[in-house]
Amino acid sequence: MEARSNVSLARRAWAIRRNALLMGEVQGQGYIGQALGVADVLAVSYFHALNYRPADPEWEGRDRFYLSIGHYAIALYAAMIEAGILPEDEIGTYGMDDSRMPMSGMAAYTPGMEITGGSLGHGLGIAVGAALGLKRKKNPAFVYNMLSDGELGEGSTWEAVMSAVQWKLDNLIAIVDFNNQQADGPTTQALAQVPEAAKWEAFGWFAQSVDGNDMDAVVDAFDAARQHTGDRPRVIICNTKMCKGIPFLEDREITHFVRVEPEEWAKALSILDAEKPA
Amino acid sequence: MSDQELSRRQSKYTARTAPTGERLSTSAMIASLDAEGRETIAAPFGQALVDLAKTREDIVGLTADLSKYTDLHVFAKAYPDRFYQMGMAEAVMISAAAGLAREGFTPFATTYAVFASRRAYDFIIMAIAEENLPVKIVCALPGLTTGYGPSHQATEDLAIMRGMPNLTIIDPCDAVEIDQATRAIADHPGPVYMRLLRGQVPNVLGEYGYQFKLGQAQMLRDGRDVLFVSSGYMTMRTLDAAKALQSDGIDCGVLHVPTIKPLDTTTIVAEAQKGGRLVVTAENHSVTGGLGEAVAATLMRHGVHVPFRQIGLPDAFLDAGALPTLHDQYGISVDAVTAAVKGWIK
Repeated sequence: MEARSNVSLARRAWAIRRNALLMGEVQGQGYIGQALGVADVLAVSYFHALNYRPADPEWEGRDRFYLSIGHYAIALYAAMIEAGILPEDEIGTYGMDDSRMPMSGMAAYTPGMEITGGSLGHGLGIAVGAALGLKRKKNPAFVYNMLSDGELGEGSTWEAVMSAVQWKLDNLIAIVDFNNQQADGPTTQALAQVPEAAKWEAFGWFAQSVDGNDMDAVVDAFDAARQHTGDRPRVIICNTKMCKGIPFLEDREITHFVRVEPEEWAKALSILDAEKPA
Repeated sequence: MSDQELSRRQSKYTARTAPTGERLSTSAMIASLDAEGRETIAAPFGQALVDLAKTREDIVGLTADLSKYTDLHVFAKAYPDRFYQMGMAEAVMISAAAGLAREGFTPFATTYAVFASRRAYDFIIMAIAEENLPVKIVCALPGLTTGYGPSHQATEDLAIMRGMPNLTIIDPCDAVEIDQATRAIADHPGPVYMRLLRGQVPNVLGEYGYQFKLGQAQMLRDGRDVLFVSSGYMTMRTLDAAKALQSDGIDCGVLHVPTIKPLDTTTIVAEAQKGGRLVVTAENHSVTGGLGEAVAATLMRHGVHVPFRQIGLPDAFLDAGALPTLHDQYGISVDAVTAAVKGWIK
């Protein structure tokens, strides 16, 4: 593996997309639209922001990364493979019986998968407790919670939003992947009727809204979130585009579970391979 | 359809007439459950937790706006920096307890049994039980311990919680047992749901030299004719009923089963097999899905075919009112238990 600092974030995001496509190809399915969309945010998370030791996923000094959205596991596995937390040669086992990489992320199965996601609206509350625990231990690590826009419909998320403010959790950073697509349609046609950043700001958070596929903007937002001096929790609303990076999938009708024909996985990979960043 | 007809369809109001003459009035949240004159101990859960916390720095307390009503305020006063008032928000209280447990702490989270079992179930099962985290959920107002009606009467909490893998469930009888069980569950490495009696709690088991052991049912008294199998404060009732029935020549044993899950099937089967006795389960819970059905299934699975009766609350939304009235009405008072057994042993 090349030294972390010598590889561009664009290359990292490219590798995350590639790993996700390879896993999708294995199963002939997967939440590939979400994985391609969030790859840039994960690249910044794992190769710019987070403090961790690949060989020791339970290192006490690590920043905690809680994935609420269990179905995004394919994306997180892709990032953790690139980060050296998971071995690359297990890509072919994704979603198989006895795999360490099940379709929905679970703590008991996978090194580096901190929590069991999937029942949405849980992650931010658990992150509140972990942030409280880290403060009790005087551990300076951050807790990151990646959640989805659809998950903001869960009332429990807002209990956690208020609680994080009550306890002044300046060690908590929420990352919302806002791709405006939940299971039955656009999130903005469901409960997300009001712009998100203003809503979180009104609740007392330090809120930023960025183009989640603009690497520089995402880096700046993570830096600002970590360096903010207020005693408030921080949120980064990352507006991402489903299927980002594979034009023929970007142009397809976007749904929660983007359709990919069997022969199209190889086609997508060849498009990606032709555009490998430096 | 007329407005009047529509209105009638939407209303659940059932015609009632106002009471006349002197009646008992609905008690405050915490009513005396016990016979007059028995010694009580104040806030046994809160006191035990304070005592434990002296040597256990990992213990923290959380509540969802009910510290005073779960005796956690005693802990909050003694250890303000280890107490988290989470507000009226059960989901984040439970999730945050999971997060604290992940970071090495042993959280005790308190609310009413209705709110933990009904509202917070998904958070308990996925954030805590699925990862086998050592969070202790301690809940006041179990079963029929308030006259406020179905919003506060956790008549089906055991039925709800028994289905949860990894979860240990405790239904303690009295102040002595609450003290002992609090210490025992703090040492247990997994999640626990414990029903709580709070405030001035009777001391019933003191005279039996009782020692709570997690997962163990214990014979408190032996008897030839009837074997009561009871949990929670219904063990107070079965002990008192056994004394009353003695004078009628009916000899009753009492097997106390404070751990509802995992159930001590070995002891239950062994005692039920001691022939010739009517097995009578007694629980402060709906007859659906609680101790009674758990015991019945245990006996069936082990091929123990004995006469069997179940004392418990009906599978219904219960009335509001004074607890003594309601306990008589629903058959869980000492008098009602005694009368039922007399009817069965003729």
